[in-house]
Amino acid sequence: MNRPKVTIDGNEAAAYVAHQTNEVIAIYPITPSSPMGELSDQWSSEHKPNIWGSIPTVIEMQSEGGASAALHGALQAGALGCTFTSAQGLLLMIPTMYKLVGELTPTVIHVAARSIAVQALSIFGDHQDINAVRPTGFAMLASNSIQEIMDMALISQAATLESRVPFIHFFDGFRSSHEVAKVEQLTVEDMKAMIDDELVRRHRARAMSPDRPVLRGTSQNPDFYFQARETVNPFFLACPEIVQNAMDKFAKVVGREYHLFDYVGAPDADRVIMLMGSGAEVAQEAVEYLVGRGEKIGLVKVRLYRPFSTEHFLAALPATVKKIAVLDRTKEPGAAGEPLYLDVITAFSEAMAAGKMPTAAYPAIVGGRYGLSSKEFTPAMVKGIFDELAKDKPKNHFTIGIVDDVTHTSLDYDPAFSTEDPKTVRGLFYGLGADGTVGANKNSIKIIGEDTDNYAQGYFVYDSKKSGSVTISHLRFGPKPIHSSYLISRANFVACHQFTFLEKLDMLKSAEDGATFLLNSPYPADQVWDHLPRTVQRQIIEKKLKFYVIDGYEVARQTGMGVRINTIMQTCFFAISGVLPREEAIAAIKNAIKKTYGKRGDAVVQKNYAAVDAALSHLHEVKVPGAVSSRFDMLPAVPAAAPEFVQKVIAPIIKGEGDSLPVSAIPVDGTFPTATAQWEKRNIALEIPVWDEQLCIQCGKCVLICPHAVIRAKVYKSDCLAGAPETFKSVPARWKNFADMKYTLQVAPEDCTGCGLCVEICPVKSKTEVKHKAINMAPQIPLREQEARNWDFFLSIPDTDRTALAVGQVKDVQLLRPLFEFSGACTGCGETPYVKLMSQLYGDRAIIGNATGCSSIYGGNLPTTPYAVNADGRGPTWNNSLFEDAAEFGFGLRLSVDKQTEYARELVVRLSATIGDELAKALLEADQSSETGIAAQRERVAELKRKIAGLASPEAKDLAAIADMLVKKSVWIIGGDGWAYDIGYGGLDHVLASGRNVNVLVLDTEVYSNTGGQMSKATPRGAVAKFAAGGKPAAKKDLAMMAINYGTVYVARVAMGANDPHTLKAFLEAEAFDGPSLIIAYSHCIAHGYDLIHGLDQQKAAVASGYWPLLRYNPDLKKQGKNPFQLDSKAPTLPLEKYIYNETRYTMLVKSNPEAAKALLKEAQRDVMERWRLYEHMAAITVNGASQEVK
Amino acid sequence: MIDLSTSYLGLSLKNPLVASAGPYSEDLSKIRQMEEAGVAAVVLHSLFEEQINIESNIIDQALSAGENYAESITYFPDLSGIKLGPEEYLEHIRKAKAAVGVPIIASLNGVSAGGWVSYAKEMEQAGADALELNIYFVSSKPEMTGAQVEQIYIDLVKSVKASVRIPVAVKVGPFFSSMANMARRFDEAGANGLVLFNRFYQPDFDLEALEVVPNLHLSTPYELLLRIHWVAILCGRIKADMAISGGVHSGSDVLKAMMAGAKVAMMTSALLKHGTGYVSLVRDEVLQWMEQHEYESIKQMQGSMSQRSVAEPAAFLRANYMKVLSSYNSREL
Repeated sequence: MNRPKVTIDGNEAAAYVAHQTNEVIAIYPITPSSPMGELSDQWSSEHKPNIWGSIPTVIEMQSEGGASAALHGALQAGALGCTFTSAQGLLLMIPTMYKLVGELTPTVIHVAARSIAVQALSIFGDHQDINAVRPTGFAMLASNSIQEIMDMALISQAATLESRVPFIHFFDGFRSSHEVAKVEQLTVEDMKAMIDDELVRRHRARAMSPDRPVLRGTSQNPDFYFQARETVNPFFLACPEIVQNAMDKFAKVVGREYHLFDYVGAPDADRVIMLMGSGAEVAQEAVEYLVGRGEKIGLVKVRLYRPFSTEHFLAALPATVKKIAVLDRTKEPGAAGEPLYLDVITAFSEAMAAGKMPTAAYPAIVGGRYGLSSKEFTPAMVKGIFDELAKDKPKNHFTIGIVDDVTHTSLDYDPAFSTEDPKTVRGLFYGLGADGTVGANKNSIKIIGEDTDNYAQGYFVYDSKKSGSVTISHLRFGPKPIHSSYLISRANFVACHQFTFLEKLDMLKSAEDGATFLLNSPYPADQVWDHLPRTVQRQIIEKKLKFYVIDGYEVARQTGMGVRINTIMQTCFFAISGVLPREEAIAAIKNAIKKTYGKRGDAVVQKNYAAVDAALSHLHEVKVPGAVSSRFDMLPAVPAAAPEFVQKVIAPIIKGEGDSLPVSAIPVDGTFPTATAQWEKRNIALEIPVWDEQLCIQCGKCVLICPHAVIRAKVYKSDCLAGAPETFKSVPARWKNFADMKYTLQVAPEDCTGCGLCVEICPVKSKTEVKHKAINMAPQIPLREQEARNWDFFLSIPDTDRTALAVGQVKDVQLLRPLFEFSGACTGCGETPYVKLMSQLYGDRAIIGNATGCSSIYGGNLPTTPYAVNADGRGPTWNNSLFEDAAEFGFGLRLSVDKQTEYARELVVRLSATIGDELAKALLEADQSSETGIAAQRERVAELKRKIAGLASPEAKDLAAIADMLVKKSVWIIGGDGWAYDIGYGGLDHVLASGRNVNVLVLDTEVYSNTGGQMSKATPRGAVAKFAAGGKPAAKKDLAMMAINYGTVYVARVAMGANDPHTLKAFLEAEAFDGPSLIIAYSHCIAHGYDLIHGLDQQKAAVASGYWPLLRYNPDLKKQGKNPFQLDSKAPTLPLEKYIYNETRYTMLVKSNPEAAKALLKEAQRDVMERWRLYEHMAAITVNGASQEVK
Repeated sequence: MIDLSTSYLGLSLKNPLVASAGPYSEDLSKIRQMEEAGVAAVVLHSLFEEQINIESNIIDQALSAGENYAESITYFPDLSGIKLGPEEYLEHIRKAKAAVGVPIIASLNGVSAGGWVSYAKEMEQAGADALELNIYFVSSKPEMTGAQVEQIYIDLVKSVKASVRIPVAVKVGPFFSSMANMARRFDEAGANGLVLFNRFYQPDFDLEALEVVPNLHLSTPYELLLRIHWVAILCGRIKADMAISGGVHSGSDVLKAMMAGAKVAMMTSALLKHGTGYVSLVRDEVLQWMEQHEYESIKQMQGSMSQRSVAEPAAFLRANYMKVLSSYNSREL
């Protein structure tokens, strides 16, 4: 049969089979498995049927626990079902998984295997998750490559139906889930041939049905449970053979042969390594290379990991084997060894005991760990392991790929060893997140994979920031099958799509001698040389690189492409690499453009065509001079003034050299210093704001809205200006109480992302030219040095005294130092201004529990953290426990603070004689409701510490340890709507009901932003989101009203862009309220689908349309006889459509399903009016005879 | 029996009342209501090529967003069923054709030469009975001459005419140095009709926000005068059928349009103001007047007060301007 060749990633390969062989698919987003659910939802919304001609039901749940439970129910009622997940998601499924096994329920969970959150979260790939669920009894089938993912997805589906043992089909997160490769696509006939309909009918016959009732889920007792637990044994014993049979059947139908354990290498090998997943592909490449050079080595690829078939495993080994290295991509601290290693040891001991040894003698067996969190695993490392095995006493329990200089587990290897095939073209492309490089490279791989006979592979590396980030595309293609599941370190084509990267990233270190270097350069071929750093010049000369330049941005500008230079650079790549004849290549690129962008409209296709056509005339080869002549070199990663930890640990990560950090350099328990983002000067803004000090009214709105805290204001005495740089701006402060003082608004030029929100919010317009405001954007480069000096000087001016400020006014808040700065959040982020405001008001005494999500990524993704410290060294302390438990975790922080405060107060009483009654009394009775009160208490605590310092009594020592608890702490629980509305709602609800003083800040973007925009229960009716491809049919949940229902929770719904004084008031009231507080903050987001420069206008429109009514519910008002419910925005004046149809998330539905859009708009408008009437009613309720006026 | 019928763009119409391009023609039920109330043809709202291009680019940007961070490489499902192009409009033509018996005239506002032609063809294929090219070109370049601007209009009409078989009307504004010459050139370029004149959003100022805000008020009967003026002048001098659009608010306005020489009178603002049923009132008013004044047919009066047909042709020229001024003056004095 002639099967189509498609170039897809691993997730698509798995989802392709899963969607077509199931009926109910329960999903929940988690990286890197989310795309499997997204595609399934999309396909169902596009009415794509399964192999029985029916469209699968795809349903998003509130957590993975929910998804697995819904799956359990669907299976119990007789449907075929599956789910997809990773890491924490799989852990949340554990209880249900036991049930599925116990009830012998056929299903497949497709797992993009990922690291577990331990000392830190990691989204990358290893086998910790699947190993954590081993005891459940799920069968586990591993896929090592993209083709295998499609194949094993089908084999596992077939095997589960026959064996009745539920399966995990897993493959490596990112390395396999996101690798794009050319594969042969299975057909519907293949799937029909593999799935036995009789088995499906038997599954249905076993289902719960009132027509033939059964009862499951009994409660069993000591007399029964144990035997019952043993009843499943025959099914597990039969399972391996069933899987092998399915593999054999697959070989007959499709032609590709698989075995439970596949051996590769010399038939007479004496050394063998054994592993599973993408690493096995790498090992195969290395083993074949070395065997070709006469080495007697081999590899066992584990496919069916559970049930582990000792018999099949032993049979797969050559009898000549003397030494075995078993590699686990996991870590089990305290275990006798990692699990696969223990399996092998057990297999051999049992074989030995039974006298069934497959080898002449008991082999030396060692175990090792590799590749945690997608750590590179290369042929050089494989060779390192074989070299170790060749030693008399190979190291056991080793690690490979890191330097462990603490417990010395790591093996040495020669990184220069390479098995790259000379016929395989290897290209590295350095792009900017927004320039489309990744998309174009995915297209290139498709073109090469589908339009030529070449094998092709694409893998894409992203960085840890959401703005101004670097993407690196690794492309391989060539006439031989590609097993290279590792990054390219020897490229024969390197493309730099951003000129500024030359100063920051050493990208030519990966270039082979004689390679081609393509640079997107604003300088023409005859001038570019002088603008290259010395290191780059040296590498070009020494490696004899062929060097080409193109002014991609100029071509993009001419052809209406904006900043998207992708197709331009792609055309140049094809022209230079010669993979296809030029005309053919251009036709293929255009064809790919039509395929990818066709549905986005002809205008998009045409501009891309124009870009392709214009590209080549701008491509020029550079005549490389013979000598290095540049007067500058690459920039250091961090300034020399950075502290030691930043220099030694953070800087290498910034430079892309984190792999080189040894174990000893790394904190043992995941603890990091804060205030490190200030050292990472990213220089990503093309334009930065410039202050017009004459026009400015010093209102502070720009400071408040800046998502990255790069605009700051200070009021100071004029003598502070001594030594100011010449260009430092200063004007008289416009404050009554700061008469005779100076005011400066200063921009951090190297930290700004250039979002322009400050200009948007600026209320002042020039009387002679209205486009000129009190703050205006100007090109960064000419201003960089001057403003960097001004910024440094600005920082040296003392902060304005907090106790002199009226923090209830936006104007004064600008003078509070933000303790959250320069995060990696998206340019124009709608969330960070709220976090920053919290840090300004309470940062110096804030303890934060943060749910996983955008706020934990820009808050805590290495290398640096935006949480900062003030001049006293105080600042927010922060921890991200998990996604689902943030409320409870934050609650625990509160309990801990309260308990210790209580104990500290008890100790003050007990030690009052020593401390002095007066101080003790003052400490205990301090009014800490204001900045002045806090400052006074801090002084008292300092005095207390002085008084008890050196005292030997245990009580005095205890008090010294916890004396700081006598200063009020502000506990914050921060998370997004995915957490608050969905996965964490149960916990949030409990914490809100507790009455304890926690402040919950919900950054409501109305989707799971961090994982790429999946629907949550905060998603509004009619919006398109992932998992809601057909538009969300249900209305947004009114979380505020649910909390208000308790009557004891302070609740506010705010939108800073619509009403900043209201937001400020809500924060102040929430924190002051001695009980749980909930602030729901409208956060515009890139996932809403518009240029975020309009974020503030959209916030205004959201409020004006009545979609986002501003409100505050303050239980304290009840004590004053007032209505606690305050409706703070005006009745709707704007039709809902005028608000929502500015955003692609809504217009997309208009374009895909106009009728549905119309109906949902009508309902959504009705929602708005109904809710408004309810709110109006609540706001007008008379409390204790006092009537409340609606504002 | 009074004969209200007229002919426009070669289409036989039961009366001269035509719904011009406006919000009502976006809605099928309103189109039905207008037919029931008596309109003889419906011009659909304009398909704006620029709007389609902008929407395409916005969707493209939204679908291309991401690619920064490994967890959020994209933010939207890349749906295959999305329609970004003229499909929705073309579907609207098909549905309108199926829904009513009166002729449906599609309206097009393009920005690129290729766009004008390809969308015109697609509208023809979708079943439009005729096309109205809604041309609005503002040149802000001081180096561009009036002749160059005019040539753009003419080339456009020629290229569309060359690509479709259905009749093509041209709707333009009055801002030509020589409207009469332009009208003849449209004639020569093959235009079957001339719709005088289009009305567009005008930039207005918000004095509080110091912002430019687009603005479009409903037309007033006063605007009719400029149209009557030009139709009366052009009547008999060009082959193309003329339509008056803008300022038609009553039966007497329709009568004036006919007498000036228009084949049809188009209405939108009056209907938005009074509802679709207003059409029948206007028709009754026309009938009543014709009855009272013993007219037999619309055709009879068409052009009866054109410049060529009136006793004082100069009244349409400069003298008119002077006379008006002097009459004001005399009243003031």
